Amino acid sequence: MTIALEFQDVSKRFEGATEPAVDHVSLSVETGELITIVGTSGGGKTTLLKMINRLYEPDSGQILLAGRDVMQQDPVQLRHGIGYVIQQVGLFPHMTVAQNVAVTPKLLKWDRARTSARVIELLELVGLDPAEFSARYPSQLSGGQQQRVGLARALACDPAVMLLDEPFGAIDAITRTGLQNELLRIHAAQGATYLFVTHDIREAFKLGTRVLIMSSGRVQQFATPQEIVTAPANQFVYDLLMTATVEEGEESLLDGAIGAPVLSAVS
Amino acid sequence: MLQYWTDYHDKILTCFGQHLLITVLALVASVVLATLLTLVLLPHRRASQVVVNLLGAFYAIPSLALFALMIPLLGIGPIPALIVLVLYNQFLLVRNFIDGFSQVDPALTEAATGLGMTPLQILWRVKFPLAFPVLASGLRLAMISTIGIATIAAVVGAGGVGTILFEGLQSQDPVKLIWGTLLVGGLAIAVNAALNAVERASKSRLHYEEAE
Repeated sequence: MTIALEFQDVSKRFEGATEPAVDHVSLSVETGELITIVGTSGGGKTTLLKMINRLYEPDSGQILLAGRDVMQQDPVQLRHGIGYVIQQVGLFPHMTVAQNVAVTPKLLKWDRARTSARVIELLELVGLDPAEFSARYPSQLSGGQQQRVGLARALACDPAVMLLDEPFGAIDAITRTGLQNELLRIHAAQGATYLFVTHDIREAFKLGTRVLIMSSGRVQQFATPQEIVTAPANQFVYDLLMTATVEEGEESLLDGAIGAPVLSAVS
Repeated sequence: MLQYWTDYHDKILTCFGQHLLITVLALVASVVLATLLTLVLLPHRRASQVVVNLLGAFYAIPSLALFALMIPLLGIGPIPALIVLVLYNQFLLVRNFIDGFSQVDPALTEAATGLGMTPLQILWRVKFPLAFPVLASGLRLAMISTIGIATIAAVVGAGGVGTILFEGLQSQDPVKLIWGTLLVGGLAIAVNAALNAVERASKSRLHYEEAE
């Protein structure tokens, strides 16, 4: 397996903050993995993600994307090769669905025929009938449909890396489950490397090939869902697993297999 | 009324033409200056507040007084009149331009940046079309205001429909007053209606009525 992404001792402290948002993080991600990043709010998840496409810049350390330091690259060109999906979706309200999906192809000056063929392909991929949805405006879509378009837009130019920042955070539970399954299907079909920030531990364990647990800007544990539930690395990870089940109203993890309810979400 | 038109239609048309010309020139210059000011101020929230407040205070000075005050500084004629009109417009334009651009959802800017748009592409492809209704409403206000204030510019010898109005005032001639009022009022109403239509069209194109 090749290394898609590597963090080497990366730190970031925002101006005016006393504690670093990301504190000496080192890790590496292999091509084709789907990494979910979970942890407390303000734990550094989003900061970690946004340093990859340079929406934030690290104070120290290096982030290597396919072996190249992101800080040595032109940020605009770097971003053309990275898919980016955010919780607020951020579809452009003055553009149709088709125009929204075509944003990056247009930036890369694809010709019209190639772009429209790609738009149709992408809408089908995310489960939206192109004939029905192409000409609609974002305001005419449900929240779930909007995020499908957001996903299609991010996938438009076949990025090697997809960054997803709580993409399903504002979507109701039933729609969310559907979208999670779609995402797994798309990820499996596409073979790109995904980094997916969420505050929903069940979502993290369901989607992730590996789960990155962060708190206070530091990596608490970075392992497969099975490894984490069978051997939580520390008290924080253990407590996090506990909150997941208590919130869902299930019985305590202390009896029986640790993390069994969480694991059930994986299968 | 009609007698005045038959006798003086040359003069009426000349004044109306001057009025249109000075209005159009003032607006073009105002938009250019306001655009520059907006681009400079946009990244600085505090500074733009201060500048908009100062422009607002300036806007509150009665135009007759301001034109008179400017005579020692700028002299008389169409140029000083233009300068004053452009300065007045800055409040209406800069305020709306800044409001228009800063009301664009930061999530859209973030998404656009993440997709690899340059700051200029974000401004032109995302912010400008979304801010357009607010920009257009600022422009509409500035046009109406300029048409009105340009009548006062006649006191510094800039010509325009104000000439007829001030003559009417001095000679207590209701016919002249009514003609002047009709011309200026009619022009303002027509321009307002036309620009309202443009604004409505741009808003419905954005599907604002359906957005939450």
